[in-house]
Amino acid sequence: MTKQHANWSPYDNNGGTCVAIAGADYCVIAADTRMSTGYNILTRDYSKICKLADKSLMASSGFQADVRALQKQLSARHLIYQHQHNKQMSCPAMAQLLSNTLYYKRFFPYYAFNVLGGLDTEGKGCVYTYDAVGSYERVGYSAQGSGATLITPFLDNQLKSPSPLLLPAKDAVTPLTEEEAVDLVKVVFASATERDIYTGDKLEIVILNANGIQCELMDLRKD
Amino acid sequence: MFRNQYDTDVTTWSPAGRLFQVEYAMEAVKQGSAAIGLRSKTHVVLACVNKANSELSSHQKKIFKVDDHIGVAIAGLTADGRVLSRYMRSECINYSFTYESPLPVGRLVVQLADKAQVCTQRSWKRPFGVGLLVGGLDESGAHLYYNCPSGNYFEYQAFAIGSRSQAAKTYLERKFESFMGSSRDDLIKDALFAIKETLQGEKLKSSICTVAVLGVGEPFHILDQETVQQVINAHEIVEEEASAEQEAAAAADQDAPSADEAAPADQGIAPMDI
Repeated sequence: MTKQHANWSPYDNNGGTCVAIAGADYCVIAADTRMSTGYNILTRDYSKICKLADKSLMASSGFQADVRALQKQLSARHLIYQHQHNKQMSCPAMAQLLSNTLYYKRFFPYYAFNVLGGLDTEGKGCVYTYDAVGSYERVGYSAQGSGATLITPFLDNQLKSPSPLLLPAKDAVTPLTEEEAVDLVKVVFASATERDIYTGDKLEIVILNANGIQCELMDLRKD
Repeated sequence: MFRNQYDTDVTTWSPAGRLFQVEYAMEAVKQGSAAIGLRSKTHVVLACVNKANSELSSHQKKIFKVDDHIGVAIAGLTADGRVLSRYMRSECINYSFTYESPLPVGRLVVQLADKAQVCTQRSWKRPFGVGLLVGGLDESGAHLYYNCPSGNYFEYQAFAIGSRSQAAKTYLERKFESFMGSSRDDLIKDALFAIKETLQGEKLKSSICTVAVLGVGEPFHILDQETVQQVINAHEIVEEEASAEQEAAAAADQDAPSADEAAPADQGIAPMDI
């Protein structure tokens, strides 16, 4: 007796890739702007990056309907936090909140592969990487989404970021300057766009540092 | 004369058709320290007098941000006010989440009023003992509402609640016709003048009052002390020195009901009233 399978899935994968790199006093968060379904493109102009707090940005690939719901949930929770504590949430606090929010739906998960970037309480760059159910880790850099397997080995090679499991604990940030990090991100996305059909159109880069937030948009191959 | 017979329960009518418990709740509002609100076409200003239990303690928070476009000033049982503010914040967040747009003030005050009404028609509840001045911005401009413990609400051009609010109301009645066209800074100045009226002799300093503004292009925020002090100095909103000492000593006492308010004979000031 073969197992009965569902004739409908509540999920869809809209593709796309997200990357974040943490520096000594900055954080770079980037994602492509292509939204697809199957072999079709839905739009070339969709932002996967969301500002959750002054010092926390989240980039998410996966099922964008779930991503949007997740972003709204976190924004609402952040508002409540602000009312209660009279201040913005720190990035580490937001990281824990995101993890808890994801695990809350452990048995009907948000189909979202997230990368949270920002500045920690000391002003240093921080990146947190997640799976769909909230398992997370602070790292120096991370990639998620359809192009992640193409990007991550290259970042490993270039960034030489020490593992946070090493003792004595070393800072999980890269030695690159802000300009070098932004350049690296552009190069890395251009490469991923070549071979990953779900990545392309435009690259949205957000840089977070002591001066605030800057946005940059770069064209990628549209095929 | 018959008040005492019919005032045990909120669910008991008096022969004259009144609910005394609700009216007593409104009395609690009159005992709280003053809060005033005024509005122009594009801005709302809320201000309140800060009263602390003693010199050693901090003062009670009476002005709350509800959302970027709504703020509230309370008078009476501040604990009740805090709980209602939390409710209002929650409603705004939920509405924004569902409709991706700000909750219109007019809707919020109705919800508040309905919540207050429930407490006037349940034998196991008591009415909220707090009056709320809700200032908010919507598509048709700036609005100021007053929510009563009775469940009534009214829209106002300017209003004052709490102890010695009559003095402020008199000032506002003289000036209100010009408010619609007032500039933001004039509104703040008028708010401080109104606050000064409630102090009756005590010197107006930014340490004893709180002022909050919201308007078109300006999300709700509480002005910091230096800014308020600058406005006070600029317009020299200072009471004359004559009999200032006597009034200051009386004002420093915790929320004594003033002579011009119709206060019932109480044993003393309830510690929960600020």
